[in-house]
Amino acid sequence: MPKPETWLKVTPHGLFCVPGDFYLDPIRTVPKAIVTHGHADHARPGHEAVIATPETIEIAKMRMGINTWKNTEPLKYGRNFKFNGVDISLEPAGHVIGSAQVVLTYKGSRVVVSGDYKRRQDPTCDQFKVIQCDAFITEATFALPVFRHPDDHTEIKKLLASLERNPDRTHLIGAYALGKAQRVIALLRKAGYQSPIFLHGAINKVCDLYKKLGVPLGELKSVSHANKKDLIGQIVIAPPSATRDRWSRRFTNPIICFASGWMQIRQRTRQRGVELPLIISDHADWDELTQTVVEVEAPDIWVTHGREEALIHYAETKGIRARALSMIGYEEQNE
Amino acid sequence: MRAFSELLDNLNCTPQRNGRIRLLINYFEKEQDPNRGWAVAILTGGLELPNAKTSVIRRLISARTDQKLFELSYEYVGDLAETVSLLWPNTSNNKTHLNLTNVIKDLQRANRKTFYDLVGNTLDKIDTSERFAFLKLIMGNLRVGVSARLVKLALAEYGDKQPSEIEELWFGLKPPYQDLFAWLEAKAPPPIINDKLIFRPLMLANPITKDALMDLKHQDFVAEWKWDGIRAILVGDGKECKLYSRTGDDIGQAFPDIVRVTKFRGVVDGELLVVREGVVAPFNDLQKRLGRKKPSKKLLEEYPAHFRVYDMLFNHDVDLRSKSLIDRRTKLKHWVDAIASTQIDFSSQINFSNWEELSAIRDRARANGIEGLMLKQINSPYLPGRPKGPWFKWKRDPLVADCVLMYAQRGHGKRSSFYSDYTFGCWRNTVDGVDELVPVGKAYSGFTNTELVEIDRWVRANEKERFGPVRAVEVGLVFEVAFDAVHISSRHKSGLAMRFPRIHRIRWDKPAHDADRVESLLQLV
Ligand SMILES: [Zn+2]
Ligand SMILES: [Zn+2]
Repeated sequence: MPKPETWLKVTPHGLFCVPGDFYLDPIRTVPKAIVTHGHADHARPGHEAVIATPETIEIAKMRMGINTWKNTEPLKYGRNFKFNGVDISLEPAGHVIGSAQVVLTYKGSRVVVSGDYKRRQDPTCDQFKVIQCDAFITEATFALPVFRHPDDHTEIKKLLASLERNPDRTHLIGAYALGKAQRVIALLRKAGYQSPIFLHGAINKVCDLYKKLGVPLGELKSVSHANKKDLIGQIVIAPPSATRDRWSRRFTNPIICFASGWMQIRQRTRQRGVELPLIISDHADWDELTQTVVEVEAPDIWVTHGREEALIHYAETKGIRARALSMIGYEEQNE
Repeated sequence: MRAFSELLDNLNCTPQRNGRIRLLINYFEKEQDPNRGWAVAILTGGLELPNAKTSVIRRLISARTDQKLFELSYEYVGDLAETVSLLWPNTSNNKTHLNLTNVIKDLQRANRKTFYDLVGNTLDKIDTSERFAFLKLIMGNLRVGVSARLVKLALAEYGDKQPSEIEELWFGLKPPYQDLFAWLEAKAPPPIINDKLIFRPLMLANPITKDALMDLKHQDFVAEWKWDGIRAILVGDGKECKLYSRTGDDIGQAFPDIVRVTKFRGVVDGELLVVREGVVAPFNDLQKRLGRKKPSKKLLEEYPAHFRVYDMLFNHDVDLRSKSLIDRRTKLKHWVDAIASTQIDFSSQINFSNWEELSAIRDRARANGIEGLMLKQINSPYLPGRPKGPWFKWKRDPLVADCVLMYAQRGHGKRSSFYSDYTFGCWRNTVDGVDELVPVGKAYSGFTNTELVEIDRWVRANEKERFGPVRAVEVGLVFEVAFDAVHISSRHKSGLAMRFPRIHRIRWDKPAHDADRVESLLQLV
């Protein structure tokens, strides 16, 4: 059985499968790629041929244009695809809709490229599946023991309580446009919030796609068609950057909220001028990461982007070999 | 302690200053004595816990977490109290709420031995938010977005008083401030301060530029040198003498050559300097005297302290602060003459007949110990705080040099989790004729938040090596560094050190090999 590092290598273009002759989430344009999910730092434009889940392909088309990838091979969760002697399958990563772990098997050696992932329930996507393997490639966005995301229902309750306390103000929630925004909406609906939710244009577009893909989000409205008065006492969701720029001046005295795992840290809250921090993350927290590196039973853990050092240290204390891949080009500010 | 920890949580999520004042006022309204007074003490840095040492907290947490994971977490979070509050293991789910006053009393009563267990047991009983509040109160140095000044403003608003009334009383009061709250709530007369040796709040100046000066009448102002020392006031009751820094810290112990030899009744305001044979020494020399609890005879001889006075707040028991500057300075001049001390002299006036002339005088002044000019309105009364209008500081234009970023470290407080502390260097020749970069200074300020994010990204992408929290970076990023002076120093490999360096501009455009050389900096010494 070949060792994983002999057939899977880090190159300036990204992770490269040598026998398969394809890249994983390449950061530059390549002939053949497998893309784990639709976030901009993982799904980049211009590749010749791409294997991804049908949802990820839809997201890429919406974000970058119908012809961004010349040839696409939609691969559903759990189906197999053989390519240049490498067995490929995609399994849910629980990160955003369509997000996948890529399971590669070559001559009996199995590597799982998890992309970005989280372990907890998310009403907008399939739950992460543990796949035992010989090498597990993990992110490390929140890989410090200070990151322990609370239950998302308590965070939503905080938001609903604030709405009740401040009926005269607009709650302006900064949430990443793909994934986080829809999850916040779905969680609000689950908690019984029935009113229409107002959206920034960038989020509206993604929500339409989610609906098309079968995720119910309730009544949504565009902010640009609403006047100031209608927004009093309502929830508006916008990309985090928009909550800080001119766009947000259309609201009178809004309460600035931010849904992100970074909100665990007080200084981050303060740096951003956030008044209502909502610790809701689409990435695994410390407990989820450490649980995962143990459960996959892989003798080798490779860590991509984030706080690699801590996770590697943890794995080593558990007798697991771990190393940093030092991949660049993956953003963590998108959380 | 719940109400107090909630207050800290809410303050953190309230960017507007007025909002923070409102939160404090709400807290004063809802909380009772003496809890609210203790909270005021914590927020203004007035709570004293002799056994509270950071090392205790470090020992407690290292007994409970992996050392490396703790260090990495602390490096990332940038605040020890917050790191520990998040890392502390949750031993039970039933958390209790403790009473703030009882918590403080227990801490004050504990001795060196029992303190450790008391803190550990308390942390076990409470939740993350209260742990943060509890650790902050133990460690002081809160950095929760509330200055002592803001608390005083809130107290003034709460009691419908002038902020100056609070400031005036402040240093005569003691926690938990029940007499203060009684007065604010109109239940008692103002607290009586008997101590004649208390600190009096200082009057501060605003910066000004030449352009702005042109709109002012030069006849209304007197000019003095702005000395590069430490602002201080000297307070005497006829028997004893106290020396206070601008913030009210008693720094007399470090300066026995001033406080032990001066006997008078009153309060004078001036600049603390090191002066040898009438010449003001660089600030660096004064620094050698700071913080020394028992300065040696040798130190006193080598670095003789000097107090150059420029204002008088009290003469005997007479409050002069409502008098005009000219009147106060006349009294002060008499006082200096009468006291006839070699360590005390009068900050004299600079004569000038128009702003242009003064500007030329300012440009010529490159002597050590001069930071620029002070301009004070002739008729100005002595107003504590930083009133707009009567006093200005007109600083000398800074010197600048192009330096290359060498090391970056994560900041603390507001900037934690960003690489915001920079060490930079200039080029110099080595014996074998190759250029090498040697550090010349460190800076933490002068850039905008947007620039900080850009530099941070550059640092991450150009990391060369790591030494603990410090990242060494590739040669490639040039800063235009502004500084007030350069002096010879053995602390840096370059043999020189900058006074008050700050990032003036980021020269993304400039090739690193075009940055300045150590030789050219040496010419500025
Ligand atoms: Zn992602
Ligand atoms: Zn990512």
